[in-house]
Amino acid sequence: MNSLEHEAVAPAKQLRGGISIRNVSKVYGSGRSSFMAVDSCSIEIAPGELHVIVGPSGCGKTTLLNAIAGFHSISSGEIYLDGELLCGPGKPQAAPGADRVVVFQNGALFPWKTILDNLTYGPVIQGLMTKKDAQNLARERMATAGLSGFEDSYPGELSSGMARRVEIARALLNDPKVLLLDEPFRGMDNLTKSIMHESLLQIYDRNEVTVFFITHDIEEAAFLGSRVSVMTTRPGRIKETIDVDIPRPRDYRVLTSDKFLGLMGRIVDAVADEAQKAFEAGERELA
Amino acid sequence: MLLGFTLFFSTWLIAVDVLGVWRFRYMPGLWEVIQEWTAKKPKFGVSIFTSEYYTHIWYSLRRVLIAFSFSLVLGVPLGLFMGWYRKFKEFSFPVFEMLRPIPVLAWVPLAILMFHTEEGPVIYLTFLSAFFATTLNAFLGVQSIDRDLIRAAYCLGSKPRDVFRHVVVPGAMPYIFIGLQIAMGVAWFSLVAGEMVAGRLGLGYLVNSAYTTSRYPTIVISMFTLGFIGWLSSAFIRLVGDRLMQYRARVLSSG
Repeated sequence: MNSLEHEAVAPAKQLRGGISIRNVSKVYGSGRSSFMAVDSCSIEIAPGELHVIVGPSGCGKTTLLNAIAGFHSISSGEIYLDGELLCGPGKPQAAPGADRVVVFQNGALFPWKTILDNLTYGPVIQGLMTKKDAQNLARERMATAGLSGFEDSYPGELSSGMARRVEIARALLNDPKVLLLDEPFRGMDNLTKSIMHESLLQIYDRNEVTVFFITHDIEEAAFLGSRVSVMTTRPGRIKETIDVDIPRPRDYRVLTSDKFLGLMGRIVDAVADEAQKAFEAGERELA
Repeated sequence: MLLGFTLFFSTWLIAVDVLGVWRFRYMPGLWEVIQEWTAKKPKFGVSIFTSEYYTHIWYSLRRVLIAFSFSLVLGVPLGLFMGWYRKFKEFSFPVFEMLRPIPVLAWVPLAILMFHTEEGPVIYLTFLSAFFATTLNAFLGVQSIDRDLIRAAYCLGSKPRDVFRHVVVPGAMPYIFIGLQIAMGVAWFSLVAGEMVAGRLGLGYLVNSAYTTSRYPTIVISMFTLGFIGWLSSAFIRLVGDRLMQYRARVLSSG
């Protein structure tokens, strides 16, 4: 609908949230027990892109995300955000900050705070808004996300799908440059998942934010992503990056189009090899 | 619940009054205890109508409350800091773990030597056991916090002290209250031990002095009074905990 306007207006605005990952490696442990999780991995993510990383379990996807978020150090290479060094030589670990907000695999709403207090936490703690202003904004966001009426509920009283929507809303209230999503819809049933996909896409179309999305669900990757990077099995490297040139806004009808199926085929081919290798490596470890 | 009590009291009645089991030959019967407890002029000097009864209760209660307050004020922050600041834990936790297994009774002589007042040793012993339970649980409470919650707080722009206040303290709260309940239990335990050895008043002293003067119903009265007040104080802590952590009560009732 308004995505045409969006794209027409976008270049005029200062786009932000470009991530540049250059030759990043990460070695865990030291001595004989050390292993390389990520091996000279490079990705250029344009501002405002929804970039999906797919790969077999344990390929270092989360390691990459943790490095951007500032939860882990890197062993070599550099990561830049809008041209500024996040981590690299001399500064192995980035400082976590509200310009890069993570939405966690298992959810990380504060269970002891109401939904409204969860939403307003970021802006208030940073001193960006008064509690009152933050609450008004949060209520507005809740209304658009169809969450009205749950302001005073606690996270434990919400369904997993709703909780994840609240968490994404909480992240966006900080007006971050980058949203880092670590398999946020894992373990949800397919119906909930497809609803979550559509609502994420709506949110993405409305907000100018770069999204770094990790998954091992190929359909999810192709449906959401602007580009999809396939990672190799450990040590993780980028095997192939595939452009998903399906126009936005997308809806579920895309899923059955020939173009979409063709793209999925390409991703499947790239991932299947790696999954097989990861599986065999796992078998060897067990043997 | 009623069934359990009925069974307990009827077993007592039958064993002592009806069958006269030899093992229980000094054990006062149920009726004897109830009569003594509710007598205007008790045979052995202590009933709900004598001021002596309440003096003992008051002394014990006061000692427990003082000791418990100290363990709350010192133990909770200490446990939280040990859990949160790794440097602080590195030097304090080993010492803590060395002292913690020492049974409270082993502290009795030192306690008496350390405090020359009458109340000092008893309160100190009561405090010690409560303090270890409180501190350890506050520490474990911090360890139990989901790492992602702490990460999320940093992502949302928190400074370390914000994380401490908004995540560490509330996150450790369920364990803190478990610790406080345990602390209350062990506080009464050590109180009685302390009063038996070093007290001049109090329910533990009463149990012991009733024993040495062969006032058997009074022993049982003191025991039940201890049990009842102990239960009451635990229930009070639970109540406060439920008020402070309403999110848990609501989630449990809705789930």
